[in-house]
Amino acid sequence: MTNKTEKIIRLSVSYLILLIAAIIVIYPLLWVLGSSFNPGQSLSGSTMFPENPTFKHYKSLFDTENSNYVLWYLNSMKISLITMVFAVLSVAVTGYAFSRYRFIGRKNGLLTFLVLQMIPNFAALIAIFVLAQRTDLLDTHAGLILIYVGGQIPMNTWLMKGYLDTIPKELDESARMDGAGHLRIFWQIIMPLSKPIIAVVALFSFIAPFGDFILARIMLRSEEKFTMGVGLYELVSKQFGNEFTTFAAGSVLIAIPITILFLSFQKYFISGLTAGGTKG
Amino acid sequence: MDSNVTTKHRKNAGFLSIIPGFGQFYNKQFVKGIIFLVLTVAFFSSFSQTLNWGFWGLITLGEIPILDHSIFLLIDGIIALLVAIIGLGIYAFNIYDAYNNGKKRDEGFLLNSVREQYHNLLDNGFPYLMISPGFLLLIFVVIFPIIFVILLSFTNYDLYHSPPAKLVDWVGIQNYIDIFKLDLWRSTFFGVLGWTIVWTFGATTLQVAIGVFLAVVINQKDLKGKAFFRTILILPWAVPAFVSILIFSGMFNESFGVINTQILSMLGIDAIPWMTEEMWTRLALILIQSWLGFPFIFAMTTGVLQSIPEELYEAANVDGASIFQKFRGITLPMVLYATAPILITQYTFNFNNFNVIFLFNGGGPAIPGQNAGGTDILISWIYQLTMTSGQYGKAAAITMLLSLIVIVVALWQFKRTNSFKEEDMM
Repeated sequence: MTNKTEKIIRLSVSYLILLIAAIIVIYPLLWVLGSSFNPGQSLSGSTMFPENPTFKHYKSLFDTENSNYVLWYLNSMKISLITMVFAVLSVAVTGYAFSRYRFIGRKNGLLTFLVLQMIPNFAALIAIFVLAQRTDLLDTHAGLILIYVGGQIPMNTWLMKGYLDTIPKELDESARMDGAGHLRIFWQIIMPLSKPIIAVVALFSFIAPFGDFILARIMLRSEEKFTMGVGLYELVSKQFGNEFTTFAAGSVLIAIPITILFLSFQKYFISGLTAGGTKG
Repeated sequence: MDSNVTTKHRKNAGFLSIIPGFGQFYNKQFVKGIIFLVLTVAFFSSFSQTLNWGFWGLITLGEIPILDHSIFLLIDGIIALLVAIIGLGIYAFNIYDAYNNGKKRDEGFLLNSVREQYHNLLDNGFPYLMISPGFLLLIFVVIFPIIFVILLSFTNYDLYHSPPAKLVDWVGIQNYIDIFKLDLWRSTFFGVLGWTIVWTFGATTLQVAIGVFLAVVINQKDLKGKAFFRTILILPWAVPAFVSILIFSGMFNESFGVINTQILSMLGIDAIPWMTEEMWTRLALILIQSWLGFPFIFAMTTGVLQSIPEELYEAANVDGASIFQKFRGITLPMVLYATAPILITQYTFNFNNFNVIFLFNGGGPAIPGQNAGGTDILISWIYQLTMTSGQYGKAAAITMLLSLIVIVVALWQFKRTNSFKEEDMM
């Protein structure tokens, strides 16, 4: 009998805790969703459940005459996609070399990567800024992409190597016996087996540029080249509160696709991190 | 074998290859020798200008204002330095190769033919070929900036010494001395460092605690609606962080924000100066970071919990252990053991968590008597020094101090990570 009451108390307390946590998590998100439908412009009047909901802020975002929002969206997509492709390519090859070959400098190379992954590359932001200026890459997407790809290499190479280490080496050796060359083994044997980790690396290197703020802020100067992060920041910081509802609508439009993408892939995220993490 | 050695090919070959290629000629490997010789000639003819100019610039940082741009000279100097290092590497390899082949001859082995050399090159060179694109990119976007910052921290580059109108000079360790000696800089540095440490440990530990706690609560066997709660609780991780931070920045707005105008007033609490009073901003930041960061820990812990064998708990039940005893004796150690490496990266991440600090309140509120905002951590202070006050040299010196801290932590982690102990894994 006491067991049963104990169970009821335990479960009720648990549900209560979870409910409170869920409310705290969901409240800001609902609030911004509500704000985006508010008829007013400012932060002060916006409520979670507006009386006269309106889509006008969404419409104004897509009014390309007066708003760069669509441009920012496309810029972010473009930058993230290109970064993803190049990062996956270079990480796959580098990880493969580190996992399968024993060569002079291998150990030091891996060590360098380990230290580099701990120092975010924007720590050297002065250097990045001046160097970009010197090479005329300031305010270009190409410069930004180069920095993003370079920044993705150290950590993801470790993940990649960790995963490749788990693929038995006998596979390569038997293929080599059959006369397969280095490239052939890489493309036709190892790569098909590493699809899960490639998916993880691809997702990481897509999401990272998307969520980045500081590098884009340093590199990009003209408004039509902004990414989503810099653009939305400018929108709120210019005259805080006065365009808050437009900002809210912009946030909703960016948050929803990313959230869906994320939720559908999150289990790979976790498995990728734990696989690489415990091994490296 | 050794006792039979009477020839001195290795010494001769190594000595001769002081002029690249001649050691290989001595070993009768003519094709290889010619390649080394041609490489050397090509190297000097194409880079001598770069090297000359680069090293001159690196040493003097320019002599005539307006004509010489010190910072560009510094960049060219680093490029010259990198080129020189690569050149020296090839040169060293040339000597090593001649010496090695000479040694083979001393020991009576036959040297590889041209065809074998070619195959050897292909086999041994393949991994280098594979890592070189990634490494080249790293050199330019990561290693180059690091060298630049190191050098910059020994110059007086700031708004008053700003090319092209003025020259920048080497000042030795003056920047570091200033940071520790000048009152304004010292008090700011230690103030910012102190808050950075409090922030790193406070925010990270709180987010880890919340994440683990909620994962344990949700993982109870007889709890219903697991999938629903899990999806909701993972949301802060899924929404791009800059969006959430900007939203919070609106919610915490002192006069219009929903926290002051609705939530607190509903509870009968007066408006709180979230953005203008240092302590409140700090509290808000830690709370926000917990909101942003706990889902990651939550998701990972959930994964670990599902892999803990049920028998452990059954055995504990037989012994009459309470819920808390089971948590402390079984759950917590298992979770911490499995996630330890990733927990450490959470700390280093927050140590450099620029986004939340900058986007929430720009590092503010401003504080009299120091040149950083009340919630600035090291990285956002560096950003400010660089982008708004133009204190490049000092900012570089602080970047060096920050990197020092991170590297010490990295090496410490490196020492205790098991995988490095297995030679083959490395």
